[in-house]
Amino acid sequence: MEILVCVRSVPDTSDNEIALNGNGTDIQRDELVYSVNEPDNYAVEEALQIVAKLGGSVTVATVGTDEDEEVLRREMAMGADHGVLLADQAFANSDGRGIAAILKSFVKKGHYDLVLTGVQAEDGAAQVGGMLAAMLDYPFASLVNSIEVFDGSKLKVSREIEGGNKEISEIDLPCVLSIQTGINEPRYVGMRGIRAVASVPVPTYGLAELGVERESVGPAAAKVKRVDYFVPTMGNGAEMLSGSREENAERVLELLAAKGGLK
Amino acid sequence: MVEAVQASMQLAPWLAQGQTVFVAIHILGVACFAYIVAKRLVPMVRAERDFRFDHPFARLGKVLKFWLGQWKHPRYKTAGVMHILIFAGFILLAMRAFAVLIVGVSPGFVMPGLGGGTGHIYEILTDYAATVVFLCMIFAIVRRLVFKPARYEVPAKFGKAHKADAIFLLVLIAVLMLADSLFEATKAAAQVQTDQAIHFAAAFSLPWLLKVILVSASLATLGKLCFAGYLAHEVTFYFLLCYRPFGIQFHVETSLFNVYFSKLNRGTLKPVKWGVSDEQLAQVKSIGVKTFEDFTWKHMLDFYSCADCGRCSDNCPANAAGRPLSPRFLTIKARDYAFQRYPMFGKAGNGTPLIGKLYSADEIWSCTTCGACEEECPLLVEYIDKIVDLRRGMIDDGNVPQSLQKPLKALESRGNPYGKMEKKKGDWARNEEFQQLCHIKTLDKKNGADTLYFVDSITAFDDRMQSIARATAKILDHVGENFGILGAAEKDSGHEVRRFGEETLFMALRDHNIEAIKSSGVKKIVTADPHAYNALKHDYKDLPPVKHISQVIARGVESGAIKFDPLENSDNVYTYHDPCYLGRHNQVYDDPRAVLDAIPGLKRVEMRRSRDRSFCCGGGGLMLFYEPKEEQRIGVMRVQMAAEAGANVIVTACPFCMVNIEDAIKVAGLEGKMTAVDLAELAEQQLAREVTPAGVEEISELQPVGTTGR
Amino acid sequence: MARIFAFITHKSGVVDDTAAELAAAARKIDPSGSPTAIVTGFGAELDAACEAVRPLYEEVWRVASETLHYPNAELIRKALVKIVPPGSIVLVAHDHFGIDLAPGLSIKLNAAFVPDVLTIDGAQGPALCVVRQEFGGQVNAHVRCDISSGAAITIRPGAFKPLENDAIEGAVIDKSGEVGALTAGRRYIETVAAEAGEVDITKHALLVSVGRGIQDKDNIAIAQELAGALGAAVSCSRPVVDAKWLEKSRQVGSSGKTVKPKVYLACGISGAFQHLAGIKGNPFIVAINKNPKAPIFQVADVGIVDDILEFLPELTNKVRDLRSVAAK
Repeated sequence: MEILVCVRSVPDTSDNEIALNGNGTDIQRDELVYSVNEPDNYAVEEALQIVAKLGGSVTVATVGTDEDEEVLRREMAMGADHGVLLADQAFANSDGRGIAAILKSFVKKGHYDLVLTGVQAEDGAAQVGGMLAAMLDYPFASLVNSIEVFDGSKLKVSREIEGGNKEISEIDLPCVLSIQTGINEPRYVGMRGIRAVASVPVPTYGLAELGVERESVGPAAAKVKRVDYFVPTMGNGAEMLSGSREENAERVLELLAAKGGLK
Repeated sequence: MVEAVQASMQLAPWLAQGQTVFVAIHILGVACFAYIVAKRLVPMVRAERDFRFDHPFARLGKVLKFWLGQWKHPRYKTAGVMHILIFAGFILLAMRAFAVLIVGVSPGFVMPGLGGGTGHIYEILTDYAATVVFLCMIFAIVRRLVFKPARYEVPAKFGKAHKADAIFLLVLIAVLMLADSLFEATKAAAQVQTDQAIHFAAAFSLPWLLKVILVSASLATLGKLCFAGYLAHEVTFYFLLCYRPFGIQFHVETSLFNVYFSKLNRGTLKPVKWGVSDEQLAQVKSIGVKTFEDFTWKHMLDFYSCADCGRCSDNCPANAAGRPLSPRFLTIKARDYAFQRYPMFGKAGNGTPLIGKLYSADEIWSCTTCGACEEECPLLVEYIDKIVDLRRGMIDDGNVPQSLQKPLKALESRGNPYGKMEKKKGDWARNEEFQQLCHIKTLDKKNGADTLYFVDSITAFDDRMQSIARATAKILDHVGENFGILGAAEKDSGHEVRRFGEETLFMALRDHNIEAIKSSGVKKIVTADPHAYNALKHDYKDLPPVKHISQVIARGVESGAIKFDPLENSDNVYTYHDPCYLGRHNQVYDDPRAVLDAIPGLKRVEMRRSRDRSFCCGGGGLMLFYEPKEEQRIGVMRVQMAAEAGANVIVTACPFCMVNIEDAIKVAGLEGKMTAVDLAELAEQQLAREVTPAGVEEISELQPVGTTGR
Repeated sequence: MARIFAFITHKSGVVDDTAAELAAAARKIDPSGSPTAIVTGFGAELDAACEAVRPLYEEVWRVASETLHYPNAELIRKALVKIVPPGSIVLVAHDHFGIDLAPGLSIKLNAAFVPDVLTIDGAQGPALCVVRQEFGGQVNAHVRCDISSGAAITIRPGAFKPLENDAIEGAVIDKSGEVGALTAGRRYIETVAAEAGEVDITKHALLVSVGRGIQDKDNIAIAQELAGALGAAVSCSRPVVDAKWLEKSRQVGSSGKTVKPKVYLACGISGAFQHLAGIKGNPFIVAINKNPKAPIFQVADVGIVDDILEFLPELTNKVRDLRSVAAK
């Protein structure tokens, strides 16, 4: 089975405080370290496990710049057979739709039975997988937490829905799936493994090689643009409630409702 | 000489009929033994290299201390004393046995140097030796059957009990002693009857007893019994010789070698591959132990040498807490695997993966590397290197528990397991209140100092542990140390990174830190973290000397630079918990105790497991992130020991011990009844700040002579 | 202003709470307009759903088809593309269904895609200004969208106060005929319910988390009752797992699970570093602890010094009272 996994290099923000830059146009990125988007990593692991059982190969691709090659190499150290960088000046500042268009052109150049993405990246948009599928006219399933290969033409997938329940569907190949974290236990990639793939060639494809229409990418094509970042005001330390037990409970309830805590 | 001739005259006819048989048994026995040993050597020849031929004098010293001197045995009194007796007996009996064997072929044989008077004394000694060994066998059998020491039990998951085999061997040795004694007794009895010069048996020894019983038997009977005894002796001797390599008794032959080749530098780990430098490591296709043949020959010798005494597992904190690891069975399983895969007849098996088959991954990740097992083992079997090698193999294969992947990744990208930004490493020193008292210098090309305070990750980033850093800094200040910290340039020491098998990441951290330390130009290093201490001292190379803060305080107390105020509350009972990497691994036991004893009003008790028998708190570094399967927390067991000792304050000198113990106090439900404090914190609290040399002079200048003013 | 549609999800005829929130969101986009609800399904359940939605929307488009008995995003997308006029704005809740439907829908409608909207500042001509979150909720962003050719927008559940206007009596219009035959490359088989004890706390937006202050295994029930009333999951700190009062999968912390809820109730949790390390995304934290000096109060948004064994039942009662009022 030929599997393509679309990965993204994202800032590692888990334990680091996000700070805004002076004018709020972006976050401070100087001291951030970048790594592969976590759900994408799960997707690569899933692809590797499928190929280990059925044969085939795993290709990882990312839309980005030279700096993002690092993320491709890490996934290759994990076991992916090929890494491809999709980079071009024209691609910069594309919105999700633009990125999906670039990926679509790459998919069309090859013959992939299965295309995987992670559920969402740091922008929480969860969009590229669904858009890519629609552009390719492939069936799509999001929030996939289990894949079973029926035969060469179909998969059985489980989607994570509310309350921990699972929605089981059959999906035709070729298809696009967006993978949820926890689907498997990704193998560890040590420094040694990464160094071992340091010199494996990673081809770069640009606008021309992919045959992407210039009008569909870049800032001009973007329909959704971020104006600025801001941090909602948050006080230091807790606001201590000092009423009676009943009053405090009322107040907590009010706050829960306001913060979307009541379903 | 006369006795010898007369003795041989007696023996010759009795044994003559058996000569052919005896010779045949000799040849068969030796041939079998040689074949068996050769087969046992096969896997060792295929094994990885191990450089153990250096420092012959130091190694001989160890042989004298641990093999001949049985140094570790008395740690378990009953079994220890018994074994010393048995061992001494065997050593003494060795030559006698040899002589006896030859006598069957050449009746006049006398061991060179053991003729005449010396021979006599030797006879007496060996008579008693045989008796003592015989009695020990009886006692050992009874002990196994009736008293059943817990450490010999075999948990169901590790297979059948070893009792039957143990008793079988004990019985055989008893038979050997009996056979030998019978042989001697019949000779002595015959001599008494024929009124010859006495070949006497030592009074009240086993041979003597048998002689007394047999003294009135006919010569013919004696002759038959002598022959029987001799044959029994020879057969049993060779049977044991050939049977030993199939079980725990192989240690009789291998122990000398195992001790000789044992590790000299205990503090650090073996290289990934002996003879392969760090730079060359990248070319190696596979690292770590994945199959049995990936072990080194010395590790295989360890497996052969295990006496199944169970002392290691008895002291293993992971085992006590119900984790899947039992060091004893790590060895026994490997030994059995070797016997199976390399049988006496037939082809040797190919390397199959060990993890998942022989060992579970959890078994190997469970180890805290505390070293209690290695400390106990009378045969100096090594464990930590094997565990680390197995982990190296798992890391190489990407088989790492999810709980460890996050901190490892954070160590790679941020140089600390918490993923915190480098620039925050010095934040502990920027606490406002603290800065009034103490301004911490960050070392770089422009700012130097004599001493580096290496803080390491947990002390720098954990809110609770930062107070240890501040206390340490204040103490260093107090003794007038010109020190600084590396701040953002300091990465995790990598101590646990290495011990969890991520050698490449460790080397990256190490190289970075060495570079930073060297460019700071410091001449001394101090740390309050025993793991960092151990890493800087043993895992790193070419660094200035490293000290732990407890040592600094102890020297300060000795020189008078540090004096303590009396405790406000003298009702508390304190106990000191020896951190594994300060105590057992680096033998720093007395300095922390001296510091505590220098605090006026401090009542201190010892827990039942202290010093080199200290019970690990549960592990530090990456172990804090691992989720073991266990029945209870190791830390809780330790806190209960403190309570049993009558203490209500546990003092420790390691931030990881502090985390585990404070946590355990809560889990054990002892919050409010038991507290924990770090040695540096306590020392800093009690520092008598007014009494400085300068201060004393000032006061005496102001006061008239005769009054102290205080 | 383009026409606004709200896709309504329902289960066994019971309409999701987000229906009212979408109506509210629609009014923020176009205060003078009137959104249309679209409900798909089959049979009595569909009828019940349409009926339930009428008080909130002036027009309810009903699409009935046996193939739509279970909400399949691909089939529904194909249906919507057939009936929704070009340039329209379609709102869906940002839940597992919205994530499945909306991105692909935006492509097929050739419209903008705006996911997981928190606030809508308003529309000015072809531009719609909204607020989203990024980096797991650590920062907000003002986002401007070009809606000149329409938009597919997913709304964060609970972010918009539900529309309380139940005086509307929407007209139900049947659009089933316009949809035609629908096929999809993905076919629903079944739903497998989560095993009891298989609750994945990392996927819950609201957690009632207990620490040692719960004191006893039997008291866990107090937390479970509150969680049940709130629609939350129970999680805990390490000591509770060690004491074997809850299973390991419930543990939040650096050696437990990392959770990114929207709201976190820390009950009897001291707030140790190792525990807090497992809470990401800056949730709204309410801390209840007997100890006024507990470190949790440094990081919580709201703090109450009280015994959780007394406070939680009180809170549970209040929640139940509120629910029973809302249900009327």
